[in-house]
Amino acid sequence: MRKVFTQTLIELAQQDDRILLLTGDLGFMALEPFADKFPDRFFNVGVAEQNMVGLATGLAEAGFIPFVYSIVTFATLRPYEFFRNGPVLHHLPVRLIGIGGGFEYGSAGPTHHGLEDVGVMRLQPGLTVITPADPPQARTAFQETWDLPGPIYYRLSKDDTLLVPELAGRFELGKADLIAGGPDLLFITMGNITAEVMAAARLLAEQGIRSSVLAVSTVSPAPVRELVEALGRFSLAISVEAHYKTGGLGSLVAETIAENGLNCRLVRCGVGKSQEGLSGSQNYLYRVHGLDIQSLAETARQALAANSVPGETASTGTGINGEVRTF
Amino acid sequence: MTKLAISGRQVRQIILEQSKRANVGHIGSALSIADIVAALYDSVLSIKQPDDPNRDRFILSKGHAALAVYAALSLKGWLAEGQIETYCGNESFLGVHPEHQLKGIDFSTGSLGQGLSIAAGAALAARLKKSDRRIFTLMSDAECNEGSVWEAVMFAAHHHLSNLVAILDLNGQQALGYTEQVISLSPMADRWRAFGWDVHEVNGHDTESLTETIAGLDTRQGPPHILIAHTTFGKGVSYMESQIKWHYLPMDDQQYRQALMEIGREN
Repeated sequence: MRKVFTQTLIELAQQDDRILLLTGDLGFMALEPFADKFPDRFFNVGVAEQNMVGLATGLAEAGFIPFVYSIVTFATLRPYEFFRNGPVLHHLPVRLIGIGGGFEYGSAGPTHHGLEDVGVMRLQPGLTVITPADPPQARTAFQETWDLPGPIYYRLSKDDTLLVPELAGRFELGKADLIAGGPDLLFITMGNITAEVMAAARLLAEQGIRSSVLAVSTVSPAPVRELVEALGRFSLAISVEAHYKTGGLGSLVAETIAENGLNCRLVRCGVGKSQEGLSGSQNYLYRVHGLDIQSLAETARQALAANSVPGETASTGTGINGEVRTF
Repeated sequence: MTKLAISGRQVRQIILEQSKRANVGHIGSALSIADIVAALYDSVLSIKQPDDPNRDRFILSKGHAALAVYAALSLKGWLAEGQIETYCGNESFLGVHPEHQLKGIDFSTGSLGQGLSIAAGAALAARLKKSDRRIFTLMSDAECNEGSVWEAVMFAAHHHLSNLVAILDLNGQQALGYTEQVISLSPMADRWRAFGWDVHEVNGHDTESLTETIAGLDTRQGPPHILIAHTTFGKGVSYMESQIKWHYLPMDDQQYRQALMEIGREN
């Protein structure tokens, strides 16, 4: 999504001179087109994420819309208190761009694995948290949200080739998208692992298990209506996220079930154990943590078997935002 | 010395009155900057109205001394009648640390080491908007323990943010000890100079000297500026001066009477 971010930002910046781009010395082979086009509106502030967010606070108070760019962990965790006391506390339109959620920087090692960003960011009141599943959806998300009055965190994939065709680039702030409508169980997912979840659903379909998939592209404000509607129709939901199990999407789903008194069992798929210093490819680390396609399908099979309440036999959903695939 | 419409003595009196009424501490820190704040609000800051977008900005990076700024805002007439009396009360924007929703406060602070970054961003914004407004920030010496301060120091120097003026309250104290015993900061002026700043050492209790020094700064071109303001913690109250415990303690009745007498209370 790095390329689509830069391209969309260039288009927006041509329309609105309030847009600035700050980077903490990252974005090689990604940000150069913006820097070339707008050299006076691009600032490499150096390896100094705290200062970068502080700068963005001062810039936004004066009427600018600063986009602040780094890898997920450095964008969110290092300057977290600056973000809390700055853009969040002052309700300023700073846009924090985190690249590489989950294990996208897998071989770079645990310092580069983005596993708690959604959890800590969704704690902040008034902060919009956006988790696109693929570049076309990311593009729509930027176009729809860049000029919101308050702060935004975008969790982006560094993969420019991801594609979830069922989404067709749709994004609506605060909404979730039902992109598969099977009756046996409900997957709920966010961000770059959505493609794996769709693949797991296809694998399950070959075995006669038909899944629904709800893609959450806005974590905050939470898509409560879509979550309640979907969860209300199933006795088994499986949340899937490239993130720690605690605090992120799975926790949001659990809160929604509890607060709405829904009769739905939840299985959370995410990173649930210590990283133990392991590095490796994203696919390898997905296997380690049960997030690869085969493991997700197996988890679903076991959960269905263990679920004492038989699977809901509701008819295939018609979806909320358009066409729905049936597995 | 020129008599200021807002004097350090007036600021001190409000600090003492409100600290006593609310029974809170941070008195020594506020007294330390009383003269700096008086100089800023009397004759340095160009602020026609607190909501004028082209006003000079002021960021109290050492937010725990906000009562000194509330005193100045009150003396300027920017607080509502009696609002100063809500200091540390319920339903008040006048907490121990400043809140931007209070008229006259540009940025909320309270976590040390954040103000200079915000000030640098505000200074960059002014330059991008081709405004000649200036950005002032008042820092503590101990907050230079924070690494983030030096991130901002480097950025401001690299970008020649000449419209940025930092004032450093060099009182030599922090919460649990004297700075030279906790983390040595000496030589402070040389450190800033080495990072490319225009450095001026001043007496932080001489309002005339502070005002003149700032008036002489070139805020249109060149490096960012810092005034290393030599101050006495608790200045004006003999038993508080340079005493660590007055970072936190509130005053009892006898101490309050003595303090008011020493600063020369006016009714």
